[in-house]
Amino acid sequence: MVDQESSIVPIVMPKWGLSMTEGEIVEWMTSEGEEVDAGDDIVDVETDKIAGTAEAPAAGTIRRIVGEAGRSYPVGALLAVMADPSVDDSAIDRFVAEFVAPEPEEVGEEAAALYSLARVGEVNVRYSRVGEGPAVVLLHGFGGDLDNWLFNLDSLAESNEVVALDLPGHGQSSLAISDPSIDGLASFVWSFLDAIGVGTAALIGHSMGGAVAAHMTGRQPDRVSGLVLIAPAGLGAEINQSYIDGFVTARSKREMKAVAPLLFADDAHVGPKLIEGLLRYKRMDGVIPLLSGLRDVWFTGGTQHVDVVADLSVKPTAVIWGEQDQIIPADHASAADGIASVNVVTNAGHMVQMEQPREVNEIITGHLASL
Amino acid sequence: MTTAVATRSLTGREAINEAIDQEMARDETVIMMGEDIVGGAGSPGEEDAWGGVLGVTKGLYGKHGDRLMDTPLSESAYIGAAIGAAACGMRPIAELMFIDFMGVCLDQIYNQAAKFRYMFGGKAETPVVIRTMVGAGLRAAAQHSQMLTPVFTHFPGLKVVCPSNAYELKGLLIESIRDNDPVIFCEHKSLYDVAAEVPEAPYSIPLGEANVVHEGNDATIVTYGAMVNTALDAAQTLAADGISTDVIDLRTLSPLDIDTVIESVEKTGRLVCVDEANPRCSIAADVSAQVSQEAFGSLKSGIRMVTAPHTPVPFSPVLEDAYIPSAGAIVDAVRATDS
Repeated sequence: MVDQESSIVPIVMPKWGLSMTEGEIVEWMTSEGEEVDAGDDIVDVETDKIAGTAEAPAAGTIRRIVGEAGRSYPVGALLAVMADPSVDDSAIDRFVAEFVAPEPEEVGEEAAALYSLARVGEVNVRYSRVGEGPAVVLLHGFGGDLDNWLFNLDSLAESNEVVALDLPGHGQSSLAISDPSIDGLASFVWSFLDAIGVGTAALIGHSMGGAVAAHMTGRQPDRVSGLVLIAPAGLGAEINQSYIDGFVTARSKREMKAVAPLLFADDAHVGPKLIEGLLRYKRMDGVIPLLSGLRDVWFTGGTQHVDVVADLSVKPTAVIWGEQDQIIPADHASAADGIASVNVVTNAGHMVQMEQPREVNEIITGHLASL
Repeated sequence: MTTAVATRSLTGREAINEAIDQEMARDETVIMMGEDIVGGAGSPGEEDAWGGVLGVTKGLYGKHGDRLMDTPLSESAYIGAAIGAAACGMRPIAELMFIDFMGVCLDQIYNQAAKFRYMFGGKAETPVVIRTMVGAGLRAAAQHSQMLTPVFTHFPGLKVVCPSNAYELKGLLIESIRDNDPVIFCEHKSLYDVAAEVPEAPYSIPLGEANVVHEGNDATIVTYGAMVNTALDAAQTLAADGISTDVIDLRTLSPLDIDTVIESVEKTGRLVCVDEANPRCSIAADVSAQVSQEAFGSLKSGIRMVTAPHTPVPFSPVLEDAYIPSAGAIVDAVRATDS
């Protein structure tokens, strides 16, 4: 006889990143009575940032589906109930009736307070800082922002102090980059870390941010405990120039829809809200010339103008790549063979940390634990 | 030194004010004229008292001085002056309190401004924006509440913009000011006090690009202006019954992004056109006709329109509320496409 109450597992609206307050159920991929394994995809959810898939928290039977497709629910709201088949329907009914979801306003206020602004020279930098433990700094890529770490921040914050920032000219930081070179950006991030009082940290960088993280390590190795490079620039020559140029010039929905899917292996991640979010950034005065200037220094003619291979052997380094990366080819990872741990993740494109967050978080956590 | 930041939100009124302020700061050819936009200038001690009939331009005179001009109560004179200034290299914004008053200066708009580019062989540009309030719900009676967007959409040579919230108001107004053609910029009064997240930096939203604000597979709801929010309420109600809908905010009525509508109808097969305007020759009627011509084969049922009735806007609050298309009426229309 199964313990009736303790075998009941709620499935709630997940919280992906700081600013998420609610999500809309796009589609259920399971049905009542179906048996699922832990980690099985069970429901597609769209937020104002991205469309994603929530996974089963444990193995078991889906006993009740409460959340309706097409409706929005606050983070933490009950979407479904899992339990052993032997549990009475009445116990499930009672669990659903008694379940208390958090107030959406509380979640929102908490999120608002978690963004901070730091002044670095003439530049305002938006960042978030969560968790306690050894410091970890997250650097997004070309045209990205700190929300690129939506699915990673909370997991890494369980045992680290995590700092994620909008690089200058990106996200909600000031739209100005005084020195767009790799050296200029690396110096800028060090100045930012000085300003907020972070001494030594592990650096995690994605794409262009990966090259910056590696260069920072080469410049000031004493301040870096370890390095994680996710689909980084600077390990090989090629880059998808039509993506870079298309992203830089895109101002309309159509132009953005032509390039944004190249970031993912599965273009189902690219919903209208993700496109609108990217366009909200691209529409701001000065963004297009600013990104053009950055592009001209880093990536032209299908070639990357940075090389950070030498920086990989300075500190313990892990490299993570999405196998189907359409921006920077995954075979650039071979440049790290023998000097870093190399992890190629399947069913993932350039935004591997968003597309396969569980696997990426495990690799990062494992690497940080080994430092 | 760090500070905590919260998301910045502005009301529709503040978003319009910020757009004008930033464009006047950026480009000295941007000027403004209208009735009471400075408010009492000329009456000692009364400068900047009003900022227009509902206070949208309040504070701008103090920042930009005589680039804002109060005009006599003569729309035909100052709308003509704004169009003439635009033809001579300025970038004027004229505030014409209510679209209902457009009749007295219609020749300047549809026979002059709308025709210059065409009649001068493409060599003349008329970068004027006429800002004007539209829509019912403020108990302002039949002569201050109309949704006359279809009238101006009818004229080739004019652009017609009707935003749905504070974010859209700022970005579409900045784009309209920078556009080199005459723009009728329609501000729904009910959005003036509704706040949304609005970036402080100037930004602009291209004209002629609709926005899919809610995604679904079962039906397409097309609308614009304040009705977008009503349609979103309807979409939530329908979702609770397992009916998922695309909600399309047209943003601009001329140019019209019919491609986004057709793409959606090809997916859903069902179309409901929502318009706060009177039904005859409305935007809803126009979209319905274009879709039935271009995508008839994709339709699984007849197109439904949800509009105001073919009457003036009533002054009685009870009747005015009944006049404005409701979320319930939209829900019923979507259901009717599946019966």
